[in-house]
Amino acid sequence: MSIPANLKYTPSHEWVRVEADGTLTVGITHHAQDLLGDMVFIENPVAGRTLSKGEECAVVESVKAASDVYAPVAGEVIAANAEVESSPEAINKDAYSAWMFKLKPANAADVAELMDAAAYQKLVESEAH
Amino acid sequence: MERKRASLKFLVTVMSNQAASTPAALKHTPLNATHRGLSAKMVDFGGWDMPVNYGSQIEEHHAVRTGCGLFDVSHMLPLDIRGDNVRTFLKRLVANNVDKLKVSGKALYSCMLNETGGVIDDLIIYFMDERWFRLVVNAGTAEKDLAWMEKMNADWGMGLTLTPRRDLAMIAIQGPNATQALNNALPGVDSITANLKPFNAAAMGEMFIARTGYTGEDGFEVMVLAKSAPFFWKALMEAGGKPIGLGARDTLRLEAGMNLYGQDMDETTSPLESGLAWTVDMKTERDFVGRAALEKSEITKQLVGLVLLDKGVLRSHQKVLTKNGDGEITSGTFSPTMEKSIALARIPLGIAPGQEVEVEIRDKKLRAKVVKYPFVRNGKVLIEI
Repeated sequence: MSIPANLKYTPSHEWVRVEADGTLTVGITHHAQDLLGDMVFIENPVAGRTLSKGEECAVVESVKAASDVYAPVAGEVIAANAEVESSPEAINKDAYSAWMFKLKPANAADVAELMDAAAYQKLVESEAH
Repeated sequence: MERKRASLKFLVTVMSNQAASTPAALKHTPLNATHRGLSAKMVDFGGWDMPVNYGSQIEEHHAVRTGCGLFDVSHMLPLDIRGDNVRTFLKRLVANNVDKLKVSGKALYSCMLNETGGVIDDLIIYFMDERWFRLVVNAGTAEKDLAWMEKMNADWGMGLTLTPRRDLAMIAIQGPNATQALNNALPGVDSITANLKPFNAAAMGEMFIARTGYTGEDGFEVMVLAKSAPFFWKALMEAGGKPIGLGARDTLRLEAGMNLYGQDMDETTSPLESGLAWTVDMKTERDFVGRAALEKSEITKQLVGLVLLDKGVLRSHQKVLTKNGDGEITSGTFSPTMEKSIALARIPLGIAPGQEVEVEIRDKKLRAKVVKYPFVRNGKVLIEI
């Protein structure tokens, strides 16, 4: 199972990439998509929306089930990926390139609280036992 | 407000646990090791350790619509009823009329009702001879069904023998290439398949071949002795059959407009409000369990098909808003064939196909069109939107 070392993770299976300009790109992990199965519907937050940490802000639906996606940190939505909304299966093909939305964090230091790849790997293993 | 949805974390935890563990408590079909050998994703399905998919559910769905799919349906229970008055027993036991079964091998779909007219189970009855009928009942209801039938057998003094056939495995072979795959897997069987009409079965020793299914495609449900099942499965795969999990089984049956017990109807719902009036035979004076209750009942709801016009996915228990009052989705999914979300919904009478209703999904009200189902049959979409 691939867990890229250059990304940050949440316990609720979102991945976060810190861009050079300090903005955050968010998606769901390979592990999450693998268990949810074929994705058929994505609902992203609209640009301009202000999110608090942990707020329900997006929905991913596979053929099997619908589930919430949470804001990894507090911030403002600056972009939503329309391509992934029209082709949800892109998440199944490559979860780490099929990003969902971009955030401008309210506080850049919050990113340090996210899990690194090793910690996320441990979480996945502990849940798989 | 709608119920709160599962978080990704919750779903992932549940699904990892299902995928990783094989609690000894779960029941196994004779093909369990076969599924694991094919890297199937296994889930707890009503106490059975079953494959939900072998990779992509959508690809499996298309394989059945365009080629040939194989389903392990051995969790369902074949049940032989033997004795002097099997027909008399079944005429009282179930809502459809077994007198429609005149030719050996002919099958009948029916509900078995309780005294209040609720559905205990839906089942298929095969007439083999006057002293032998075979029933196939749902996995989750098998024990309850058997207890009910044994009680009726005793109460009515029928003296019949009911034999659950857990020594059999059942494999469904479905799709436009099903006949070819079965013929190639089992050379010689074409002497049977060539003459077997839909909803008919033929028995040869312990092998039982029925032209039935739950997908809306041509195909067969074949019972073999449990110990033969892994070899037979392998031969069917060699002949072009693709393994299909329970996930695609659900999207296929919903496109085909076929009810699922426990979702579209149960002990609290009338078959007459579940789209199953065509299976309840009240033309003759025949007295069957539940008839009196059905005759007294007032029908206020109907089961209809829905196609979502806005973007999203219809799911069971979502509220449907109509000009005649509220209803509820009983089964909803994304249809891989139509590439739209479809559902079966129980809504008030008086809403006709073509009309629009609203469905509450999260904080939104989305538009859906009422349609006459089935949605898809024999690979073709029957609904125009």
